[in-house]
Amino acid sequence: MIEVENIHKSFGDTHVLKGISTAFEDGKTNLVIGQSGSGKTVFLKCLLGLFEPEEGQICYDGRFYSELSNSERRDLRQEMGMVFQGSALFDSMTVEGNVMFPLGMFTKQSKAEMQERVDFVLERVNLIDAHKKFPSEISGGMKKRVAIARAIVMNPKYLFCDEPNSGLDPKTAILIDNLIQEITKEYNITTIINTHDMNSVMEIGEKIIFLKDGHKEWEGTNKEIFKTDNEAVTNFVYSSELFKKVRQMYIEERN
Amino acid sequence: MIWEVFKKPTKWPIMRSLILKEIDELIFGSLGIIIFIAFFIGGVVTIQTALNLNSPFLPKSLIGFATRQSVILEFAPTFTSIIMAGKVGSYITSSIGTMRVTEQIDALEVMGVNSLNYLVFPKIIAMLMYPFAVAIAMYVGILGGWVAAVFGGYAPSGEFIKGLQLDFDSFHVTYSFIKTLIFAFVIATVPSYHGFYMKGGALEVGKASTTAFVWTSVVIIILNYTLTQLMLG
Repeated sequence: MIEVENIHKSFGDTHVLKGISTAFEDGKTNLVIGQSGSGKTVFLKCLLGLFEPEEGQICYDGRFYSELSNSERRDLRQEMGMVFQGSALFDSMTVEGNVMFPLGMFTKQSKAEMQERVDFVLERVNLIDAHKKFPSEISGGMKKRVAIARAIVMNPKYLFCDEPNSGLDPKTAILIDNLIQEITKEYNITTIINTHDMNSVMEIGEKIIFLKDGHKEWEGTNKEIFKTDNEAVTNFVYSSELFKKVRQMYIEERN
Repeated sequence: MIWEVFKKPTKWPIMRSLILKEIDELIFGSLGIIIFIAFFIGGVVTIQTALNLNSPFLPKSLIGFATRQSVILEFAPTFTSIIMAGKVGSYITSSIGTMRVTEQIDALEVMGVNSLNYLVFPKIIAMLMYPFAVAIAMYVGILGGWVAAVFGGYAPSGEFIKGLQLDFDSFHVTYSFIKTLIFAFVIATVPSYHGFYMKGGALEVGKASTTAFVWTSVVIIILNYTLTQLMLG
């Protein structure tokens, strides 16, 4: 579980995060949504420990980040997996090399043990025949799967995903969403996803936080987002005519 | 940056393979261009020296002497380093810069890897091999001079070789290698800095490579003057 208490982050005169508090539970897919420039990426980087908030606390299963020593912070980092927007695979390594990288860096496993683990996670993300291919030789959807495989290969407690669906066709995007949700349940991971994708919000948003201008405007589930009267949320989530009609139909059906 | 490079080292088996890969990329990958340039520069130095020694009272062996001094003291270490600043420097900046743009460095940091140590340290160690490349440049440069002198008809082989052996001071080679080691450090670190701390996209990677080449060259030229003054002056 990750608990966030009143975090503030500024860059020069720009106050990006203005006192965000929330909690992310284990085994749930937590979504952070908001317009571009609302502070989502900075918030995620604070959770990852890449940025340190000026005020407030972030607590990882009872461990306050600001109170950890450098080596404890490094240990904590090894409990985190991250899926980047552009996948961020290492160009010079094969798919297998990318997934094996964290194992080689941080474990004392033998080559055979590492290979077994890599085969297992690649199979888990439904990548069977891509072991020897380089990132430049595979599709965007496959790259995301490799990124997910690399993120979970160390059995992380916390999984962070920055726009995991960006640049993917709707069908592949749903497959990636479902895969992330399955893995979250299977390994009881605390998963936090930054997204703009409204399909993801509706499909896997067990907890949703809506950020606006650096503060938390709304918090709820994908069921509650249909019913909310918060104008900022409805203007953002139901910005298209299609979603407005879907929401109207849902409300009428419920009544 | 330099302090971070040496902090929290990467596991030795991984670092060893990275160092070997960098030696292959940075040193062996540059030998072709180094040999090509050294051979022709040596030849040009010989021809220009020969054309300027018009007096019949000056022995032809001076051509070999001037070629040796020019190649060992200046052309092999400094000229080659400027070429390396372009070839190796732009490779280092663009490869690290591309990793920055595509979030690969962020991925390393998130995993808890000291990215500066992982990316820059192997390059610094690999560049310790650079004096060997410069030694080859010295040999090939002088060979190029001999070929130009003998086959161009500027000096007989015996006279040229006699000049090569004339008043040889081994400290000049030492000076040259000390200079080369310092230039190697500059060639590994200045472009790494420009790649690692760059901001922006693909266009900025190109700009960073150009800036890195300019700054590496400037630093090499200034250090060349300073070291020459300190060690030979």
